[in-house]
Amino acid sequence: MDLTFSDAEPTAAERAVIDGLLGAPDSVWTGAEQRSEQDLRVARTGRSRERRDELLPAFDAVQSAIGWISEGALMHICRQLGVPPAEAYGVATFYELLSVTEQPPRVLHVCDDVGCRGFGGTELIAGVEEHFGPEGAVVQTSDGESATWHRSPCIGQCDRAPACYAQLAGTDDAVLVETGTDEAVAVLTGSSPGGAPDVLPPQVEGMRLLRRVGVVDPTDLDAYRDAGGYAALRRAVELGPDRVIEEVKASGLRGRGGAAFPAHVKWSAVAAHAEGPRYLICNADESEPGTFKDRTIMEGDPFALIEAMTIAGFAVGAEQGYIYIRGEYPIATARLRGAMQAARTAGMLGEDVLGEGFSFDIDLRRGQGAYICGEETALMNSIEGYRGEPRSKPPFPTDVGLFGRPTVVNNVETLVNVLPILEEGGAAFARIGTDDSTGTRLFCLSGAVDTPGVYEVESGMILRDLISLAGGEPAQVSAVLLGGAAGAFVGPGDLDLPLTFEDARSAGLGLGSGVVMVFGPSADLGDATTRIARFFRDESCGQCVPCRVGTVRVEEALGRFLAAGPRANGAGTRERRLIEELDLVMKDASICGLGHTAGTAIRSALDLGLLGKSEVPA
Amino acid sequence: MSTHPVIPRRPPAPPEPPPVSLTIDGQQVDVPAGTTLLDACHRQQIDTPTLCYSDVLEPAAACRVCVVEVEGSRTLVPSCARKVEDGMVVQTNSERVRHSRRMVLELLGSSVDMSYASSEIIDWTQRYEADPDRYGEAARTVEQPAKIDNALYMRDYSRCITCYKCVDACGEQAQNTFAITVAGRGFEAGVSTEYDVALGDSACVFCGNCIAVCPTGAIMFSSEHQLREEGLWDEDVQEVTRTVCSFCGVGCNLELHVQDNRIVKVTSPQDHEVTSGHLCIKGRFGYDYVQNLPDPMTTPIDDVLAAARASGRDGGPTR
Ligand SMILES: Cc1cc2nc3c(=O)[nH]c(=O)nc-3n(C[C@H](O)[C@H](O)[C@H](O)COP(=O)(O)O)c2cc1C
Ligand code: SF4
Ligand code: SF4
Ligand code: SF4
Ligand code: FES
Repeated sequence: MDLTFSDAEPTAAERAVIDGLLGAPDSVWTGAEQRSEQDLRVARTGRSRERRDELLPAFDAVQSAIGWISEGALMHICRQLGVPPAEAYGVATFYELLSVTEQPPRVLHVCDDVGCRGFGGTELIAGVEEHFGPEGAVVQTSDGESATWHRSPCIGQCDRAPACYAQLAGTDDAVLVETGTDEAVAVLTGSSPGGAPDVLPPQVEGMRLLRRVGVVDPTDLDAYRDAGGYAALRRAVELGPDRVIEEVKASGLRGRGGAAFPAHVKWSAVAAHAEGPRYLICNADESEPGTFKDRTIMEGDPFALIEAMTIAGFAVGAEQGYIYIRGEYPIATARLRGAMQAARTAGMLGEDVLGEGFSFDIDLRRGQGAYICGEETALMNSIEGYRGEPRSKPPFPTDVGLFGRPTVVNNVETLVNVLPILEEGGAAFARIGTDDSTGTRLFCLSGAVDTPGVYEVESGMILRDLISLAGGEPAQVSAVLLGGAAGAFVGPGDLDLPLTFEDARSAGLGLGSGVVMVFGPSADLGDATTRIARFFRDESCGQCVPCRVGTVRVEEALGRFLAAGPRANGAGTRERRLIEELDLVMKDASICGLGHTAGTAIRSALDLGLLGKSEVPA
Repeated sequence: MSTHPVIPRRPPAPPEPPPVSLTIDGQQVDVPAGTTLLDACHRQQIDTPTLCYSDVLEPAAACRVCVVEVEGSRTLVPSCARKVEDGMVVQTNSERVRHSRRMVLELLGSSVDMSYASSEIIDWTQRYEADPDRYGEAARTVEQPAKIDNALYMRDYSRCITCYKCVDACGEQAQNTFAITVAGRGFEAGVSTEYDVALGDSACVFCGNCIAVCPTGAIMFSSEHQLREEGLWDEDVQEVTRTVCSFCGVGCNLELHVQDNRIVKVTSPQDHEVTSGHLCIKGRFGYDYVQNLPDPMTTPIDDVLAAARASGRDGGPTR
């Protein structure tokens, strides 16, 4: 590969950040001076192509420190990593949180997604707009800095709406919850660092996964051990890898990331590959609108995830694990980094874990603002330093995954369930819940309920009871968004649904990532569906035609449908038919789950008559 | 007795994989293992539309117009990328297949200027009764100004269907130059150099391999573009002459497309074992000396234009 770089040079600050992460280039081949005194050679290329996966961390470092990625910074990274500049540019422009044009050091991402907009978000946006002008406008602040703001998709704080995420170059990013305009303005003008209080999930009897959250200090390994931590790993080592997988099989654990796939099937498939390396990925991208359960675990009980991953790595024979966490979760990221460091120091990560002769360590990678990177193959491309575009399946990740190797991808909640499975045994675990939906389940309650938050309940609870548990008024429910933007609306007539995989499936629904977003009588569901249509249009990776263009056409058709009014006659019927046709091609012909589900919620709203009664198209 | 190992002259041929047996549209078909469903369809003379597929590149499976229905699969599958499996039952003309193909053609037709696309694409649009106009006047498109930043070729991404072919041909699969990428995301995703710099400032070596694979005329010889702009491009009067490139000893075959006694573009046959359709800047663009013109960078196309005008053809349809 003969790479060509432009003459653009990084500033001293950019160079320091990049070299600080990647190490100073030591030879002409890795992007040092172009002509070396020693060998008098001119080199215009890097040779270290195997370091491609450091591309995203390098972008992250520059974006965090400087606030944007200049051509000079990009070239310097590319020289060091041997990445063609055009490809690196293609990667940088894929992500919402990376900017390739100069951007102010303070950028406030104000959530205007379904969980926030009807619940204070619209007012917050109006307030911020009044102070700072339209989104994207650069404002000079009194302390001599500059700032701007943007509307943002869900940032996983729907239980504490309205919420913002502040990207602050050179200092720690911040999250703002239950925000008023004053607080948002204070962060933008530099008079407040921002920050959110710790999570405390509503206390429900029989909590297992959440039992330590808000109770045990999440920054203290000893406290974690005193509260029963690392008993499961010891048990796993006693059992050995095969029997760990047996226990997971006996438990009936299914994935909590959306697809409800049996966990043990993936684990045994990866363990069965004779040759390593094998990899384990914890999917902590959690970007499904309405979802905030994984954040609650990671912020409140980070050691539990580290321990669970160690067990999974041990069971499938992976020595390297990755946590891919969304960039908008600075607190969870810091807690996990702290936990990993503490575990390493205590010999519970790294070579020879617990002195038991096996190695396992974890690398944390931050996503940079792309919902699609939660799709497991897009996630792997993202880690590898490519655009976060999903791959065609087959082959499946258990055969050809990260770096082309067998890989287990599991959701945070799925993994954390491994702890009770080992502590009490798979059979005992399977007695909780129903035959097909074992264990407890985390549900993300938000919207028109008194006490939004993450509720851990036994699988099989009735939707109506769950809403009541969160202080909602079932009689006042006009609709529930079940499973997130990729899920579907259900109406007041569906509240008797038992929350299990099998009941949801036979009702033609899915529990997705556990989203239960409740809309009251005054909710504007036309507005909510419009936002969902925009979400998918914004978040489509753009790779395949049905989704890239289909999501645009759905948004347009929905706009025309709503404009035609509830008594929609000819026009309404026509648009409705078009939406159904678009939904069908997206479901049938898209590459990945984003396209498959992009029309589902909108169609469900139309079918339930939530957007006004229109004739059903012939 | 000698203990020298016997060194075979050539490695033994790998054993032939047993053929795979599947059913396509009710017909039983036996094909070699490793065949794609698209190839299997072609063997059965089933015309299958493709847009992002190329014989000389790995399938990107991005356009989804080639989808077929496979029994037991929840979604349709892209025939260009999916390998045959024993016992597969495949439908290529079911209601679902026809619907998806029609919608893909409509979605592209309503967002991209396909007027220079191949005649096959027009045929498929008719066959599947695609009606791009039904999305209305206000339907968003990828319309944008054409990029003309060098004398050899131009890029008009209003015609781009983001099929990834040019990027793959420029990168690992042929040229290994990596001058272009898909940048941005979603509907805004499009082909670009780094920071959108002009081709001359990028890594581009002007091999023109991207032009050769583009299915919609989004990337085009400047000579062809100028003729089309003036409505003087006329494939009916063009003569295509196959020859061997004279610049070096590799033996690349060239197809010289000649209109009014002037070379207007150069291609190479995709099935040529030396080139697979790819060339370098010399074979692709270094033809002016043949025409023995005083200022090779600027005059030839003016000549062609003059000749075409003189011949009395005027700006009719340019296809
Ligand atoms: C568009 C899209 C986004 C996704 N986002 C997530 C996510 O944020 N977290 C997650 O765990 N799974 C997500 N998934 C599902 C993953 O692809 C994968 O199925 C899951 O991580 C597997 O873990 P599990 O078996 O433990 O559920 C997403 C899927 C799609 C199609
Ligand atoms: S369905 Fe959408 S998100 Fe998935 S690959 Fe296609 S364009 Fe990308
Ligand atoms: S002309 Fe060649 S080098 Fe230039 S962009 Fe096209 S394929 Fe790449
Ligand atoms: S320019 Fe042509 S080859 Fe390149 S992606 Fe667009 S349509 Fe495909
Ligand atoms: S944080 Fe605003 S919708 Fe989720």
